[in-house]
Amino acid sequence: MSQGNALTLSGLKKNFGRAEIIRGVDLDVRDGERHVIIGPNGAGKSTLFNLISGRMEVSAGEIKLFGKPIHNTPPHKVNRMGLSRSFQVTNLFQNMTTMQNLRCALLWGMGHKYAFWKLVNKQQEVTERAEQLMEQLNLTHRRDVPAGLLTYAEQRALEIGTTIGSGARVLLLDEPTAGMSRSESDEVVELIRQVTKDCTLVMVEHDLGVVFNLADRISVLVYGEIIATDAPENIRSNKAVQEAYLGTEVH
Amino acid sequence: MSTVQQETLAGSKSAGNIWVKRAWPWLACLVIALLAPTVLSSGHDIHMLSSMAIMMVFALAYNMLLGNTGLLSFGHAVYFGFGAYIAMHALRWSNNAVLDGTGYGVPIELIPLVGGLAGLFFGIIFGSFSTKKAGVVFAMISLGVVGLVEASSLAFTGFFGGEAGLFGDREDVNSLLGIEYGRSLTVYYLMVFWLFVCALLMFLLRKTPLGWMANAVRDNPERAQFVGYNTTTVRFMQFSLSAFFAGVAGGMFVLVEEIVTDEAIGFLLSGEVLLAAYIGGIGFFFGPIVGAALVVYLESNLSSISDAWLLYFGILFITVVMFAPMGIVGIIYQQWFNFRSGGWKGTIPARLYCTVTALIGLLGFICIVEMAYHYLRSWNPSAPMTLFVTTVDTTTALPWLVSVAILLVGLGLMLFHARPMLRRAVEAAGGNK
Ligand SMILES: Nc1ncnc2c1ncn2[C@@H]1O[C@H](COP(=O)(O)OP(=O)(O)OP(=O)(O)O)[C@@H](O)[C@H]1O
Ligand SMILES: [Mg+2]
Repeated sequence: MSQGNALTLSGLKKNFGRAEIIRGVDLDVRDGERHVIIGPNGAGKSTLFNLISGRMEVSAGEIKLFGKPIHNTPPHKVNRMGLSRSFQVTNLFQNMTTMQNLRCALLWGMGHKYAFWKLVNKQQEVTERAEQLMEQLNLTHRRDVPAGLLTYAEQRALEIGTTIGSGARVLLLDEPTAGMSRSESDEVVELIRQVTKDCTLVMVEHDLGVVFNLADRISVLVYGEIIATDAPENIRSNKAVQEAYLGTEVH
Repeated sequence: MSTVQQETLAGSKSAGNIWVKRAWPWLACLVIALLAPTVLSSGHDIHMLSSMAIMMVFALAYNMLLGNTGLLSFGHAVYFGFGAYIAMHALRWSNNAVLDGTGYGVPIELIPLVGGLAGLFFGIIFGSFSTKKAGVVFAMISLGVVGLVEASSLAFTGFFGGEAGLFGDREDVNSLLGIEYGRSLTVYYLMVFWLFVCALLMFLLRKTPLGWMANAVRDNPERAQFVGYNTTTVRFMQFSLSAFFAGVAGGMFVLVEEIVTDEAIGFLLSGEVLLAAYIGGIGFFFGPIVGAALVVYLESNLSSISDAWLLYFGILFITVVMFAPMGIVGIIYQQWFNFRSGGWKGTIPARLYCTVTALIGLLGFICIVEMAYHYLRSWNPSAPMTLFVTTVDTTTALPWLVSVAILLVGLGLMLFHARPMLRRAVEAAGGNK
């Protein structure tokens, strides 16, 4: 069954104390697809990402990445298995420059690990890849600016860059366009389209324009349960979805 | 033009220039280190210089934890101490080998390396559990470990030599270079050698993937995990390497002192190295070097001038922590930067005025402290006491009144006249302080 699936969630549950936030989620994310998760505020989308990426332990159920169980695995191990995530609230190395942030993101994936016998700046491959990324992110002119001093949109772009830097096969992006202007958001979507050409994307997004534009399939998460997973056009016409979610926001 | 091109262009055109730029602070330090004994040439001074070199290595090692990895240790003397004790055992073993004529022993130049390996060994052991968590947990465990080790140093007298400590002799050992290290000046040059080797290695370590990720783990451990790094492993490796250099410092100590007691392994030295690194500035590579020089200088000179030296020491530390958390090197760097960008223009008189009033206040404060020490601690408080250029009787009111007046005038002028003046001058010049 899990053949051809990048991610498989089955019977996934998460409680905080007595509050059930994720209440039995089953979801298959196909290899290579762009899968967008939508749902009202507080539905548990970020929590779902936290479970998948190893930031939180699951209360019940299991998560498989290319058939290998990854639930309750520490984040760095999940990352090394080829899954990388971004954060809804920007989460960078604030004191480091754009260039340094990208290099940090690249080091492990390019095999430098904990090496203390070689200099980072002498690793030509890392430098070139980081510069390439910077070009894609439109941040080349901000190369030596500390991340904390970048504008919000630039920080969001760097957040994406840091996430894709490690060369993961599965990307989780949590609201990458939140708080951006129309044009900024369009740029980011274009960037996401580019960099996810040959990997799997799972993304949380509120902007329905972006969602229907980008998604191969959409899942709707409401109160910790997935009420529908389908192609965009079917989601649009799905009665349950309209009642629970779309109807209240799109007129 | 992309930055790669810029880098290669710069590389081909002015590679020499870049190297000069990078190397000059090191060369300057080397020249100072080599020439220092010509100025500070008494036996006491040379001993002090050697102690500075040792403390510099130790403080740099300590800053690999505090500054680079964000780990606050209260017990780093453990690795210095184990380095020192094991280096001492190596020295004694070599002494015996030479005296018996039974063998070669460890050559004296490599004794610090023995200390380093010992530090590394114990760093790996204690680091394996103490680096699981950062923050308060790590600090508490470091405190527990140093307590444990200090207590055992009195229990296991065979290894630690009990209260009397252990002696060795640096003259009865073989030398790789065939040099006699009887004179303290010769040993000093050996210390300089090890200082430069260690400092250079620690400098380069900051630029390796491990060094970068140590900074990353310090600033945002969570993100570091999501780019594939195990934060515990990063901390553990930094800790072990830091313990290695602390051990080297311990080995250097053995060659200078030829004796090790439990002072080398306990709380006090652990606190001292924290002080040295912090006062110098933990955010700068050269910070701990400056801090170590200052701390050793004060210790070896102030203690003979004043009984209250420890108090001054404490006040210096509090002042730095409260008013200048970037440390001495941080202040110098900031002011230099300011000066270069023209921030001093038109404010120099105000700056001087500020400094002078502060010094006057300080003078008054020192008078009060010295007299208080004399009054409270001397057998005969009314005995005449030399205070700077005068002699005073601390049982009379006059010297007290004068001192308090000096303090109040200095402090008052600084706080209520000089500082506002400086602020106005800075604002008028349009710069920042
Ligand atoms: N660590 C936690 N402890 C307790 N409750 C939590 C925790 N994290 C999240 N929650 C709760 O879980 C619910 C879902 O939160 P989550 O952040 O997953 O929602 P979301 O779908 O991402 O919402 P948004 O669209 O606002 O980002 C919220 O009610 C939140 O208060
Ligand atoms: Mg969320």
